[in-house]
Parts: sequence; structure tokens; C-alpha cells
Amino acid sequence: MGTRECGSPIAMSRPSVGEAGLTGDWRNSRPVMDAAKCLAAKSGKVTCQLCWAYCPDACITQGAGPAIDLTYCKGCGICAEECPAGAIAMVPEAEHGTCEIDAAAEVAR
Amino acid sequence: MSTGTTEVMTGNEAAAAAVKLARVQVVAAYPITPQSPVVEQLSAWVESGELPAEFVTVESEHSALTVCITASTVGARVFTATSANGLAYMTEQVWWAAGARLPIVMCIANRAMAAPWNVLNDQQDSMSVRDAGWVQLYCRDNQEILDTTLQAYRIAERLNVPVMVCYDGFLLSHTVMPVSVPSVGDADAFLPKRPEPLQIVDVNDPRNIGPVVIADPRADASGQSCHGYMEIRALHQQALLAALEVVPEVDAEYAAVVGRGWGGLTWEYLLEDAELVLVAAGSLGTQATVAVETLRAQGVQAGVLGIRCYRPFPAAALRERLVGRKGVLVFDKALSYGYEGPICADLRAALSGEPDAPTVWGAVCGLGGRDVSPDHLVDAARRALADGHAGTRHRPTDWINLRLDG
Ligand code: SF4
Ligand code: SF4
Repeated sequence: MGTRECGSPIAMSRPSVGEAGLTGDWRNSRPVMDAAKCLAAKSGKVTCQLCWAYCPDACITQGAGPAIDLTYCKGCGICAEECPAGAIAMVPEAEHGTCEIDAAAEVAR
Repeated sequence: MSTGTTEVMTGNEAAAAAVKLARVQVVAAYPITPQSPVVEQLSAWVESGELPAEFVTVESEHSALTVCITASTVGARVFTATSANGLAYMTEQVWWAAGARLPIVMCIANRAMAAPWNVLNDQQDSMSVRDAGWVQLYCRDNQEILDTTLQAYRIAERLNVPVMVCYDGFLLSHTVMPVSVPSVGDADAFLPKRPEPLQIVDVNDPRNIGPVVIADPRADASGQSCHGYMEIRALHQQALLAALEVVPEVDAEYAAVVGRGWGGLTWEYLLEDAELVLVAAGSLGTQATVAVETLRAQGVQAGVLGIRCYRPFPAAALRERLVGRKGVLVFDKALSYGYEGPICADLRAALSGEPDAPTVWGAVCGLGGRDVSPDHLVDAARRALADGHAGTRHRPTDWINLRLDG
């Protein structure tokens, strides 16, 4: 089926999960959060959340502590750079074996 | 049709008068000679309250067009103007405005590109962005500047493509002529309010506008198959080609309301029986009308075919008017360096393969404001005729009034 019936001649989309593509498959370093250091996790409160605020791909969900969606995390390391507690380490994907993305999501696309 | 006024004004003032009649809502511009008086006039009207619009002062042409892009995205009718290096400086956004399909109108007071520095007229600036996806219209005199600028909004808003209204710097921008200004009632009758933009700006149904588009079509989050880059570009090309119909239609609509039309894509003078046709865009075409009168007095059946709409290129209209003639001499005020004049090259391509196609000769003239008189054009026509009689089919571009060797 052609794309003509999408109804718009310009580039435009609804903000939604995965709208920019499967950005998780670009990643070569993975953010790993240490709950023992995270200010939110330690206090059991939804506090700090700077990682959530700074993530350019909106793939961190707020919480105590926040959760990272590796299907879309592109591994830029901004969260690790901004975390005031040094709770996030960027670990090369090679050390995890294969890049873990949601295989089902990949097949769907 | 109701009575407007007739005023003596410069080309820049004529452009400003049209922009005011178009009831623009946002103007953003950065000064550059010879365009500056257009936006100086508009800023004075905004300041006095005569023009209820936002005038946004910016630090560069790149930002001027960016302001227009953002304001146009949310539905405003916008205007900017520039020349030469100012246009070059905004080039990135020239492409963005077109690819985002925004009905922006921009006047170009045509000026030579540096280096070397020169503020005088040729058409190298706008010709150098002919591929960016804007409609480009070239004007012959100040009346046409006013009328074309008003028409440009209608064309832009019907097709959702931006329009450049090009007129020769100083020769028109700073030269006064009587100009008939339509009444506000006529202008409003001709130009309705801007239709809703293609961009959806709704806090209750938010969108990403202008996100990354990858090579291939792909399904969005709702499963709808969305365009890849090529589909969006193909639709843009279709819209530009549709301008070949819309430009003359809008000119006819304008003539019906205001009582004055300009011929749409091309215009002509003494063309009917012409064996030799002089082709040019802008005020140079007016010079050519004087030249063909001289040529006719000398026994040469010459006529003029003027290019009003250069993009989209009116290839079919030109074929229709030129096939069967003996020769065509194209005068360009620009050059594709390393090849030949842009109008000349495009015209050759349009005529290619036609069994009865005329010989096409190219000439470049008026670069950096170098004087071009009707006599220069007559001399060039005589050289082309002599080459034709000698059977020459290909020759280097003729540089008019070049004094390298005296
Ligand atoms: S590495 Fe980058 S993309 Fe991944 S969670 Fe951190 S900020 Fe977001
Ligand atoms: S920025 Fe660091 S400390 Fe703050 S919530 Fe995120 S991981 Fe925890």
C-alpha cells in the first residue's frame, strides 16, 4: 500500500513511543543505574529525576528510582553525565554480549 | 473594481505597498542593499499603527527567514526580503521553508554575489537558489512588482509553496515610476484570508512538526504507513508543477478584480511573426522590446519572449511559442559558472528533441550592474544572426559589453 493516504504532504507525527524509530539499536554503551547511589532510590521518593529531565530520547520513566527503556535508549550518556550522584555508569555493550533490544518490536516494524 | 490611487514610487515602495495590502501579520528582515527600503517602509507602518503586524528585528538573514518559518507554521501570513549575500546567508532556511511547504513570500531585490563586493544589479542571487523548491517570479517594472507581490500570496497559499518575487536592484528597486495601487476593498476581494496551514498546531492533539524522515516509508505508532523522504519530495515537485496552472489562473483572477494582468508564466512583444526571438527575465526584457524595434527597422523580424515565472520552468509554454522560429537569443544576468546562463541552459533542454527547434544562442550581460543598452542587445542579435548564417550551432556564451580587450 502506498503512503498517499496518510493524508499529509509534510513531515509530521504524533508524539508517541517509538515515533523516531528503534533508536535502541544504535547503542554501543548502556547506562547502568546503581540503586545504592541514586538519590531517588535511596530516599524511596520520586525526587531528583535529572536523568529523566535530560534524556533527549524521553526513554526514562520517572520513579524511585527512574527506569530506562533500553528499546529506545541510544546510549548517548547524557543521563550519566548529568546525574549529580554518579549513579549511572556507561558500560560498553560488548561487555553485555549482544545489544539488547525488544526483538518483538523490531519484527513489528 | 473600485478606484485605487496612482502614486509615484520606487520598486521597493511598490513591494511594501503590496505587502501592506496583503495584511501580513509578521515581517522579519535584516537590512541589505538594495532591499532595505522595503522593510524600512514596512517597519514605519508597523510603528505608526498603519500596519497591524509584528515586525521582528533579527541579527541575520538566516534568523529573518527562521522567524518567518515559525510564524508561517502556526498560520500567520508573513513577509521578508533580501538580496545577494543576504539570500546566500539564509540558504539553509530557504530550503527548509520550501520542504516544510510554507506559503512564505520573499522579495529579492536582485544584486550581484560577492566576491568581489558589488551592490549593483544582476540576477545571480536568486538564480543560485532556483533548485530549492520555491516559485520564482521576475518583474519588469514597479507596477508588476506590486501586482506580483499580491499575487504571490495567493499562489503560495493555494499550493503551500513559498514564492520569491524577484526584481532588479536599483534599476527597479530605487527607480520611481507611476504605480496604480489597488483599493483595500479590491485587494481583500482578490486575496482571502490565509487557509489553515498544513501543519497542525493544537495543544489538545499535539504533533511533532518536521521530524526526521528516513529513506523508506514506515508505519507510525498507529500503524499508518507514512511517507519516506522521496514521497515528500515527489509531492513537493507535484505542487511546484501545479504552479504552471496556478500562476496564470491567479493572474487572471487578479485581472478580473483589479483590471490588470501580466500574462502568467511568460509575456511577449512583437512575437507573432518573429523569426529571431530575444528571451530575458526582469527589466532586461523591457530593454529587449526596444532592441527588437530597432532590429525590425533594420529589416530583422525580431520579437521578445519574456520569462515571468522561472520556477517552475514553463517548458511547454516556451516550446509552444518557440518551436518553428529560426533562432532564439537568451540574455542571462547570471551564469552557472563552468557552463552557461541558467535560462539558456534550461531553454535548450526544453527544446531538445523538437524536430523544428530553433537554434539557441546564449549571452550573459549586466553582471555587477554593467550597463546594458538596447544597442548592446541589437549588436548581440546581429552577432547571433551572423553565426546562424555561418551555420554555427554551438559557440561560447557571448559576454555583452565586456571590455577585457578594449
Ligand atoms: S544514555 Fe542517553 S538515551 Fe540512554 S537513557 Fe541516558 S540520556 Fe537517555
Ligand atoms: S539523575 Fe541520578 S540520582 Fe537523579 S534520579 Fe537519575 S539516577 Fe537518580
